[in-house]
Amino acid sequence: MNVTRGFTGRARPQGASGASGPVLPPGQYDARDDWPVLSAEVTPMLTAEEWTFRIDGLVTRPRTWDWAQAQELPGSVYEGAVHCVTGWSKFGMRFSGVPLDVFLAEVRPDPSATHAVAYSHTGYTANLPLADLTGGRAWIAFTQDGRPLAPEHGGPARLLVPHLYFWKSAKWIAGLQLLDHDQPGFWERNGYHARGNPWEEQRYSGD
Amino acid sequence: MTETFTPPTRFAVPGRIEVGGRAASVWQTATISGIRRETPRATSFRLAVPGWAGHLPGQHLMLRLRAADGYTAQRHYSLASAPDDTGHIELTLDHVEGGEVSGWFHTVAEVGDRVEVRGPLSGFFAWPGDRPALLLGAGSGVVPLMSMVRHHRARALAAPLRLLVSARSPRELIYAREYGAETTPVFTRSAPPGVPIGRLTAAHVAPVVADAPDGGWEAYVCGSNAFAEHAARLLVGAGQPVDRIRIERFG
Repeated sequence: MNVTRGFTGRARPQGASGASGPVLPPGQYDARDDWPVLSAEVTPMLTAEEWTFRIDGLVTRPRTWDWAQAQELPGSVYEGAVHCVTGWSKFGMRFSGVPLDVFLAEVRPDPSATHAVAYSHTGYTANLPLADLTGGRAWIAFTQDGRPLAPEHGGPARLLVPHLYFWKSAKWIAGLQLLDHDQPGFWERNGYHARGNPWEEQRYSGD
Repeated sequence: MTETFTPPTRFAVPGRIEVGGRAASVWQTATISGIRRETPRATSFRLAVPGWAGHLPGQHLMLRLRAADGYTAQRHYSLASAPDDTGHIELTLDHVEGGEVSGWFHTVAEVGDRVEVRGPLSGFFAWPGDRPALLLGAGSGVVPLMSMVRHHRARALAAPLRLLVSARSPRELIYAREYGAETTPVFTRSAPPGVPIGRLTAAHVAPVVADAPDGGWEAYVCGSNAFAEHAARLLVGAGQPVDRIRIERFG
């Protein structure tokens, strides 16, 4: 591997012992004050009143929640970083919403369910192992930093799975379909990795 | 249960090509073989990549620089060149203030310097040249669209193609000398005499959408998020179907 002549790079955010500051996954940089928007489709005009969230497929009791019903569920907060496959990470995010465990407990996943396709009100899809959606690691998020999610950031509600690259955190979330197999979603059919773990730098299929 | 789940919603614009993972997963050495200033802020870099697998217009690559202590920085950049068999590709990079990678390119890079690339990547924004294409870009968002224009020209493709490109001024219009009858430039800060100043409006977009060829346009939008939101609203307002709009935003 060649050293790039004359390249020194930014002050190192990681590596040196005693360095303060958050740790970046490999190949990421700190977006600092930016929160880039990278959706590939037209931002939908979706109000909270129109929003619904459904879990269906390999479950005992499929169910749809509307906005008011979802707001009554016991909520929690995720404080930490998100990591976008295009290279930026953003620290100090504070999302509030409802853990997916709460929704899943109501629909009772079948033991045969291993994966889910998350789909948006736009039709965007992302596939995830069910294990990545449970155990307090995934939310339906409604606010960031105390404010309602802006439409371009997925408002009124988006999936939040912060331990995976952010394309898995489907904006304008409409539902989960539980399956007994993995079915590639939108970006996964376009060359991106099936799971997308930033700490293993699973960006593209083949990584 | 092996049937395919299809969401009960409309978008899901399919990718334009099947994407194989093999070429995209290998880092290759790229040697700078040419440097060409485009505007005061944008410069094109020609790279020799002997093992380049070929690409389609609209695809991008990942580019990596490495410091002596092993530290690396990588960014995604759109391919500006049309696909060809020269073993060379071109990128056009804005000089981002404080940019770690673009800063190196604009202040240090010389012909003969070596960097690393992997790609081509992603099939969503690709244009194989088959369908009529309506391209809307702003600033360096025109880069992947220029690959489409160049491809269209090099292959004398029959599919109609139109480009609406927004720049602050004629001086900052990237590839200004290359445009032909397919292109309408829009200037937001200063313009040549007789050319109106202002952002892209429905007056630019609606007539083109209304005049869609058989089968309709496939629309490709590239630029900042603000431009992408604005351009997408104009397209939808003009009647372009939401599921025939592909957007690539900087970030």
